[in-house]
Amino acid sequence: MQNSFFNRGFQRKRPAPTGHVLPPGQYETKDFPVLSAGPTPQINPAQWSFGLDGLVQTPQQWSWQEFNNLPQQDFTVDIHCVTQWSKFGTGWQGVSLDTLLDAAQPTTEARYVMAHCYGGYTTNLPLADLRGGKAFIGLLYDGKPLAPEHGGPARLVVPHLYFWKSAKWIQRLELLSEDAPGFWERAGYSMYGDPWKEQRYLDDDEYLAAKANE
Amino acid sequence: MNSLDWQLGTVVQVTPETPHAKTFTLRLPHWQPHRAGQHYTLRLTAPDGYQAQRSYSIASPPEQTGEVAFTIELIEEGEVSGYLFEGVLPGDQLEVRGPIGGYFVWEATPQAGPLLLVAGGSGIVPLMCMLRHRQRSGIHNPTALLYSVRTPEEVIYAQELRDMAQADPLFYLQLAYTRQAPVGWTGYHRRVDEAMLQEALGLLPSAPQCFICGPTGLVESAANILAEQLQLPASAIHTERFGPSGS
Repeated sequence: MQNSFFNRGFQRKRPAPTGHVLPPGQYETKDFPVLSAGPTPQINPAQWSFGLDGLVQTPQQWSWQEFNNLPQQDFTVDIHCVTQWSKFGTGWQGVSLDTLLDAAQPTTEARYVMAHCYGGYTTNLPLADLRGGKAFIGLLYDGKPLAPEHGGPARLVVPHLYFWKSAKWIQRLELLSEDAPGFWERAGYSMYGDPWKEQRYLDDDEYLAAKANE
Repeated sequence: MNSLDWQLGTVVQVTPETPHAKTFTLRLPHWQPHRAGQHYTLRLTAPDGYQAQRSYSIASPPEQTGEVAFTIELIEEGEVSGYLFEGVLPGDQLEVRGPIGGYFVWEATPQAGPLLLVAGGSGIVPLMCMLRHRQRSGIHNPTALLYSVRTPEEVIYAQELRDMAQADPLFYLQLAYTRQAPVGWTGYHRRVDEAMLQEALGLLPSAPQCFICGPTGLVESAANILAEQLQLPASAIHTERFGPSGS
């Protein structure tokens, strides 16, 4: 819609964030809201494992102990939820996806990733979006073990995409040659989810693709 | 017209529900049927171009064609809810897009099995859409609503829910007051717990589909009790959380 329309008397009430830029349609929150589609899986670290498989040369599987012994880094990132909230400067500790992918060695055909989670959640991402320091498996949030409702014991974090791509309760990453929709993507959400392009829904992908081809 | 293009709806009715909740009914130029449980995104634009978006659950059933109703809770310091409460009257226009959402949805079909709805506060809204859809479709599947509110004056749709429960012997309404209960109240006067959920399940002839909506604490606790203690399959438990920041 061409925006000559405005709401009479409406004005900004929340102060503009200082030192940070909000993606379109987002607002800043200081809380950490919880959104999930079903009950929170209760995961015992003794039974936890994380794997990398599919189109890789050496499939990997780590126990909780083994995973915690991998080199870890601190990450301070801004996160953007499709339900319009953004949270700036969240502090995490975890294992970079570069470390994990280097161990598994993706084949040349690998271009996409399906994240599989405890509880059955799935989400899809391009492999390139997990490389180059852009993604990690978060184990600590704000210096403490990640709470179950936020995806603990371990969560995929891909901060440059809408936060549903940062799969809670991560169990396995499967490398694929073709893109396939995950849980929310099958329910009409974007295949990619770039907050800066406001790719919230599947229709936004089609709309943006049509725009690009004009 | 694509389902997710922005469109300008016209406010046809504003109904106070409680001291902190109002229903805004919009007539849409490009209305299309929604699924009960879905939401719309509403966008406000300031004269200087500043925009704010929020998502609101649909309260009206898909049978109410041409219109959508949103019951909106006034949030303290809420930028969008504050404007809607103070400034918006019938005849005004509001920009929306939707319907959106494909998981927290329920369809009234003749085969529909038992339903357990658990609401906290304004989390009743998408569940009310399901109940109205169920009623308007004439489907009489056994349905229990466990509705947690702080005080009697905060019960949204109080009269309509009581009427529904009186008219339909297969609809069970269970209110739980967490702070102040009405004088002479003999029902629940505490937070939703395992015993309450067990009793609600006991009203239904077989394991239900569950829809739980409200603040995170209530949703987490109810969903976990249903899955862990009461052994319902996780795939039958649908949750939607209204975080404290949803203004």
